[in-house]
Parts: sequence; structure tokens; C-alpha cells
Amino acid sequence: MAEVTEEWQPKIVMFCCNWCSYGGADSAGMGRFQQPPTVRVIRVMCSGRMDPVFILNAFLEGADGVIFSGCHIGDCHYVNGNYKATVKYKFLKAMVNELGLEDERLKLDWISASEGERYAEVVTEFTEQIKKVGPSPLKPEGVI
Amino acid sequence: MENEEIRIGVFVCECGVNIGGYVDVQAVADYALTLPDVEYVKINKFTCADSGQAEIQIGIKEHNLNRVIVAACTPRTHEPTFRACCKEVGVNPYQFEFVNIRDQCSWIHMWDREGATAKAKDLVRMGVARARLLEPLEESSVPVDQNVLVIGAGVAGMQAAIDFGDMGYNVYLVEKEPSIGGRMARFDKVFPTNDCSICILGPKMVEVARNKNINIMSYAEVTDVDGFVGNFEVTVMHKPRYLDTSICTGCGACQEACPVEVPSEFNENFGIRKAIYIPFPQAVPMRAVLDKENCIGCKACEKACEAGAIRYDQEPIYEKLKVGVITVAVGMDAFDPLPHNNYGYGLYDNVITTMEFERLLNAAGPTGGHVVRPSDAVEPITVGFINCVGSRDVNENIYCSGGVCCMFSIKNAQLLKEKRPETNHYVFYMDIRATMRGFEEAYNRARDLGVKFIRGKPVEITEMENGNLVVRVEDTLKGEIMNVEVDLLVLGTGLVPNQGVRDMGSILKLPRSTDNFLTELHPKLAPVDTTTDGVFVAGCAAGPRDVAYSTAHGSATAGRATRLLSVGSAPIMGITARINEDTCVVCGVCVDKCPYGVFEIVGTNGDRRVNVVEALCKGCGTCVTACPTGALEQSHFKNDQILAQVKNVLVYEGGE
Repeated sequence: MAEVTEEWQPKIVMFCCNWCSYGGADSAGMGRFQQPPTVRVIRVMCSGRMDPVFILNAFLEGADGVIFSGCHIGDCHYVNGNYKATVKYKFLKAMVNELGLEDERLKLDWISASEGERYAEVVTEFTEQIKKVGPSPLKPEGVI
Repeated sequence: MENEEIRIGVFVCECGVNIGGYVDVQAVADYALTLPDVEYVKINKFTCADSGQAEIQIGIKEHNLNRVIVAACTPRTHEPTFRACCKEVGVNPYQFEFVNIRDQCSWIHMWDREGATAKAKDLVRMGVARARLLEPLEESSVPVDQNVLVIGAGVAGMQAAIDFGDMGYNVYLVEKEPSIGGRMARFDKVFPTNDCSICILGPKMVEVARNKNINIMSYAEVTDVDGFVGNFEVTVMHKPRYLDTSICTGCGACQEACPVEVPSEFNENFGIRKAIYIPFPQAVPMRAVLDKENCIGCKACEKACEAGAIRYDQEPIYEKLKVGVITVAVGMDAFDPLPHNNYGYGLYDNVITTMEFERLLNAAGPTGGHVVRPSDAVEPITVGFINCVGSRDVNENIYCSGGVCCMFSIKNAQLLKEKRPETNHYVFYMDIRATMRGFEEAYNRARDLGVKFIRGKPVEITEMENGNLVVRVEDTLKGEIMNVEVDLLVLGTGLVPNQGVRDMGSILKLPRSTDNFLTELHPKLAPVDTTTDGVFVAGCAAGPRDVAYSTAHGSATAGRATRLLSVGSAPIMGITARINEDTCVVCGVCVDKCPYGVFEIVGTNGDRRVNVVEALCKGCGTCVTACPTGALEQSHFKNDQILAQVKNVLVYEGGE
């Protein structure tokens, strides 16, 4: 297990839908909303594309946390893909526990393309949350 | 193709100092060169500039690259640019991969160069892993039917129809009301120039009627739309007018004869109309309509009609149309203060709305242009206007109605003051939003005329015995509590989405924003496009706006849509769902999951299979996740492509 130090920065995988949350990340950039460099964003077209396999794989590879994010309920670019994402989230929450991981390591949140500041807040708060629970017990030795 | 050697080029953009100032671009470039299949790395000052694009093309040619990665800004704005750049020199646009190291590194980790650089390396590594698996895709196209549907014949829809018609396309203009014209036909004057509304709209309505390419379908509603860009199948319901419009001359004898009087919707329920009526004097088409709900069946109209046009037994007629493009211009409603009795509306007789005031002010209105108050039909001396009713209010709608209500109050106070100089006017406002050309001047004119502007949101309205109202308000500029007695109080109601917006949202599968208006494809760069290809939105259906703005948007939809019509074909993007029939078990899960009806089960018994209508697919990929056998894949967002990114987020310290 990686050593827990003051400077330890978790690695978080974040799945963003193209239309809202990836746009939120862009807005965070445009607005220069500073945040810890802990998140690696993977773009999918819709949060409904979120396959549980992606998230479980991220944890197996050693990610300390995973966020997946889409448009606010009612605002989905594809009518209701985000609603379908919530169903997967419930299932994934249970799976994460099965893997022996803490609840806090998985997060679903809605961020619109205009919510740059909120995007930065979500990233910052989640990073703090992960720092509290520490490195993932699934992280293979020597992986950064 | 399968065994082709992968040769990746990585182009790292400095974006001036936007990236170069906060990320060690050289370190990122050096790292990229160590990654598998990366043959060439180049740092560009500005990759998107002509010179930067030229460097990409030279790199492709000299190093025989077949995958290109640009590590720069966001694909949401620049992906089409680089895809086109790659395509020009023979690299398939879908074998281009964007890595965002500006919005996701340099701009958000400005004080952490080391962290930003490490992250940029990770993102490039993830991009390379994905690029290695990217497949070339061909964009297909579908033919575009040359007919046009415009839904809603207010000023925006009429302008769209005229423009389409003038360009030579056949237009079906569907309007739910018996006459075209929309809201604007009901206004007295329009700001900021105070033109008589119907005087400028009337000729436009006639222009629509005279245009040989426009087929007006009034008193009709779109009930269903199937199909996809270029090939929409539309069902229109013609509501029964209970008369033969081909014989009716619009002479009005029927409404003279009709004994039934009901409140006139056109006059905001002030004044009356008959059960059979001509909507308003400038109506197009100039045809009567029978309101069956209020008809008592006396047949007086039938006797009065010399042409013999009355048909009591008409039923709704459903008509199918084939069109290539659609403009949605279904308009809005004014906020209704009745349910919450805002400012005493509905409780006190002399509290009315702006739209009601418009009809009272109108010379063709129920009072012949005399503004009178409802309680005693006396012409008021002191009139109060409250702005932001139903707008900028956390209890109702938080949005501003675009200054439309500000300008209505300013205009109406001014008009009444000009008509009857002895009157006094108070406008209670939070902020005056006179933002467009000529608006500030109109505001100044009203002030010069003596209209008093009180900055404050009234907290209480009290009705006096004589029907007058006392407005309790803090003048926030003076810090003074005022009790202003007025004879008539006019509520500047905001604009809200109407039933048409809700219906079209579900029929055409258009998303709506948190304010419940339709959402444009992009608020700045694609303001009249929608997420449904071939469907465009104009006027207030996509948010509060004034006449000029709505007209411009009507024209804009015609312009945007004509791109498809004139070329005659529409591209289908490559990121659609594909099915592997060998592994598909025809369970039908995808049929339910797809919001667009891409999948249909065809055949019977042993021949059952899932048919994929690719042109309908918008590329969300939800079906792929739902498919239990893995028979579905989304091109360009395939499972292995995304998993490659996932697997490359983390890496063993010191290399592989």
C-alpha cells in the first residue's frame, strides 16, 4: 500500500458526459476555478453510457475514487440517460462494498455545463473525502 | 486495415502562455515520445492556428502518421477543426484524439506546475492508449425531403415560413389558433419605437397568405413526429371549425346572428365574442370558427350563412406530411398570477396584467382604446405598474424575462401618459433592464414625460372601499417606506413556457432547461439548432425574447435549415450504435432503453432480429450498457477504447 503522507495526492477517475459535466469542466477552466490535480477525466457522450465495468475496472486498477457525472435530472441531452445512470449507481454502490471498498470512494453528481465553480467544488470536496479514507486497498504495489 | 502498423503523432499546444505558462510542455512532449506507437511529437505555439495545423499536416505526411493526438484545449470547441485538418491529408477524422491539458490542467492548477505537468502526462498516456484502438469511421448521409414544417405562426414562425417560401421551398405552417399572428397580434404597440403592432404585423400576415409556397394550416396541431433528419413523418390534426373553409367568405354574418356571448380570449376575456366568430378583424385566414363547447345548436348561423358553409358534423381530420426540416416556434405564455393571487390579482378587481392592459389600450380592443378599470369602468388617473411579476422571484421563476416586461411597463405608462396627460404613473421595479438598441432612449422618454420610477418590490397591496389600491413599497434608493395609492394596478408579468413547448419537447424529444424552455444546441454558437438534427427552434419557445429577437431567430432557422435543404443530404455522425447479429439474442432490452426508437424487432419466429435505424441514433451509448450479451457497441466509444483509458490512469512508478 502506498505510504500516506501529508502530500499524498489520490488518483481519481472521473467520467463526464460530453454535454453537461465535461462542459462544466471546461467552464471551470474558463473561469480558472482552481482545484487539486487529482482527477483524470474520461469523456463519454452520456452518463447513460456509464458501464459498471468501467468503474469496477478503475477500482481494480487502483483508483482511489471514482466520480461519474452527467446533466442534472430533467436536463439530459439524450432525454433520460442520466436517470438510467442513477439505477447503475445504486447497483454499483453495493458492488463497491463487495470489493471491500468504502462507500465514500464512489460518487455520482450532476454538474451542468455552466457550473464551472461547482465542478471545482465537487472535485475539491471529493479529493478531501478520499484523502480522509486514504489510498485504495486495491491499489497494486508500486502503482502511481 | 487490421494489420496496419499504428503510427501516432502527438502535437502538444502551448496555447501561447495559456498552457506553456503553467505546464512543462517540453516534459509532456518528451514523455509522449516514450509511449507505445508514438512516432512523432511536436510542440506548437498555437496548434489551432493555420501554422499549427500546417505542422500537423506536415507531420502526418513526413512521418506517415495514421493517428493524431492534439494535447490542447477542449474537443467541445476544437474537435471539428482538427478532424477536418486530419481528413485533408488522409487521416480518418475518427482516428484523431483530443487530450485536454488546458481546461483540465493549466487553467485549473495554475499554482501547481508539477501537479499540472504530471496530470498532463497521464492524460496524454490515456489518449495514446485510446488512439491505438480508434477505428476509421465513415460518415454516411441521408437524403433530405424538400418540404418544410413550421410549427407555430407567431412572428417568429411567420418569418421562418416567409424565408423558406421565398427560397422556393414548400412550407407547411401549422398554427393551433384559428388565425396566424400569435401574441404580437394582440399587442397595442411594440417597444421601443411604439409602432402600432397589428399595423406592422398585418402586412406580414398577408404576405404569408399570399406566398405561393406557404400552406397555412390554421386551427391545427402537430400530434406526432416520426423519422429523422431529412425524413420526418408528421401527423397534423385539423381541428373541426364546423364550417367549410373553402366556401366561407369571412363575411361575419354568422357571428351577427349567433345569440351566444362568451368572453373573448383574444381580448384577454375582457369583452365578448360569439359562439361562432371571426377571431379578430385582421385574421388570416379570414374564416369563421364555431366553438362547439358554447354552441347551443340553435342553427341561427346556418340560416344566416348565405354561402351555406356551416357543417355541424365535422370531425378532426388527421393528415400525414413528409418534411425534411422542422422549425419549432410555438411561443410562450404570459405568467399567470391567478393561482397565487400575486399582488392581489384575482382578489382585487383593479389589479390587471400587462396583456389585459394591452387590449384595453388597443383602439380595436373591447373598450375602443379607453383604458378603464374593471371595478367601475372609470378611466384611472393614477396607474401603478409592478415589474418582475413571476420573474426574478424564487417563489415563481428565478430567471429574468429578458427585459421584455420592463419595456412593456415603460411603453404602456408612456402611451397612456401621451393619450391622457392628466394621468400619473408609477413603475415599481427592481432593476430596469433596457438593454437593446433604443431601449434606454425609450426609458428616458418615459421619465421625461413624468412617469415616476420607484426602485422597490412592493410588499403589500391593500384594496380601499372605492376600489383604489394602496401599494406598500420601500423606495430602496431613498430608503423610505411609501404607501402609493393608485386607481389601477398593472402587473408586468414575465414569460413562461406554454403547453406547446411541453408538447413539442416530448414529441420531438427536445431537452428543456431548468427554466422549462427548450434548450438550444449551444447557447452562443448554435442558438437556433437543437439536439435533434433537422429541428430548429425560434422565438420564445427557447426562452423569453422580444419581437425583433424572435423575428431574427425565425430567419435564422430558415438559414440554418436551408444548409440541409439546398445540399439535399444530411450527414449522419459516426458515433452511432452498431449491432453484432451473431451475439444478439433479440431480447429487446435496447428497444426500451433507446429514447429515439433506433431499434425495432423485425421478423417472426426463427427470423427475428433487431433492426438498427442508424439515422435515428444520437450516439448516447445507453443501449450498449444495457445490452446483456455485448452485441451492441457504440462506434468511437467502444468498451475497449474506454477501458484502455481507464487502465492507463494509473501506471507503475518508473514506467510500464
